[in-house]
Amino acid sequence: MMLNYLWGFMMIAGILWGAFTGNLGAVIEGALSSAGEAITLCITMLGVMSLWSGIMEIGEKSGLIKSMTKRMGPFLSFMFPDVPKGHKAREEISTNMIANILGLGWAATPAGLKAMKSLEELNTTPGVASNAMCNFLILNISSLQILPINMIAYRSQYGSVNPASIIGPAILATLFSTIVAIAFAKIMSGRKKL
Amino acid sequence: MMKLLMYISDFMIPFVIFYIVGLGLLMKRPVYDDFVRGAKEGAKTVYGIMPTLVGLMVGVGVMRASGLLDFIANSLKGVAGLVNIPEPVIPVIIVKMFSSSASTGLVLDIFKEFGTDSLIGRMVSIMMSCTETIFYTMSVYFMTAKVKKTRYTLAGALVATLAGIIASVVLGRMM
Repeated sequence: MMLNYLWGFMMIAGILWGAFTGNLGAVIEGALSSAGEAITLCITMLGVMSLWSGIMEIGEKSGLIKSMTKRMGPFLSFMFPDVPKGHKAREEISTNMIANILGLGWAATPAGLKAMKSLEELNTTPGVASNAMCNFLILNISSLQILPINMIAYRSQYGSVNPASIIGPAILATLFSTIVAIAFAKIMSGRKKL
Repeated sequence: MMKLLMYISDFMIPFVIFYIVGLGLLMKRPVYDDFVRGAKEGAKTVYGIMPTLVGLMVGVGVMRASGLLDFIANSLKGVAGLVNIPEPVIPVIIVKMFSSSASTGLVLDIFKEFGTDSLIGRMVSIMMSCTETIFYTMSVYFMTAKVKKTRYTLAGALVATLAGIIASVVLGRMM
């Protein structure tokens, strides 16, 4: 698996590089503090993700997510033709995408992870990513957020004359990367499987 | 314009929560029971991705602390001349693939050194808005699904990111 090699490379190369440049102490310190940071992040996430998962459950039970999914139906069928209509993966994917578009990253993650689990249930080759999984992640990584709120805040903090001037270009750039992502995903999933 | 946007973003989260809870009540749902059930799932999810996050952040931490990440990013600066983009942008591109917080740090350094409205400042502002952390997203999502072979995901993620970078460079110049 690719990630195994990548992670292994990061650890081994980092340690070797640290030893080579006499930074070994800093490497150990970095490893330990990163492990701590990961747990601190998880504690924050525990609160925020519980909140959003709870809210999303209300949304699901009250039928909101079903109606959103219906509206996104044509797009979902286009991107994920292997996911049958009415399957819960479709609802989870649309929740994830809408939350991402609105810039609610914290709300997007729980739905996205659920979607991955549901897609794995549908997967005919367990352990090997299905077309739907690849397409879903490529779309996710292409960035869907419309308003780059964090960046605007940083810009105004650092004295920009017009912090919001990046909105137009950012929307265009996001649109472009998403279109490229869709095209790439469609081309690759159209090819013969494996 | 600016005020309106900040207003929208401040009210986005309360509005979404208000709307969903309100709708639940209208539909006569036991909203608190639903909330608690969902929250339980959310907590389980976080617990599930905790080991992945520790591994991931330690990997990135080792690369950063050893200076290797900086070395790789800096030695790729030579590429900048070939593709006609300013040198300081290259490290942001490389680091953003691994860590969102580390790349934000680099961007803030650029803001301090060159200004937010400089060519470089504009380019990285757009770039940060249209790219995601590839390594983080792929490992957390695929680990959750227990998928080992990721097929064309990485290639697609890189192509989409590259498209975002090209768009940022072109649009940054046009602004």
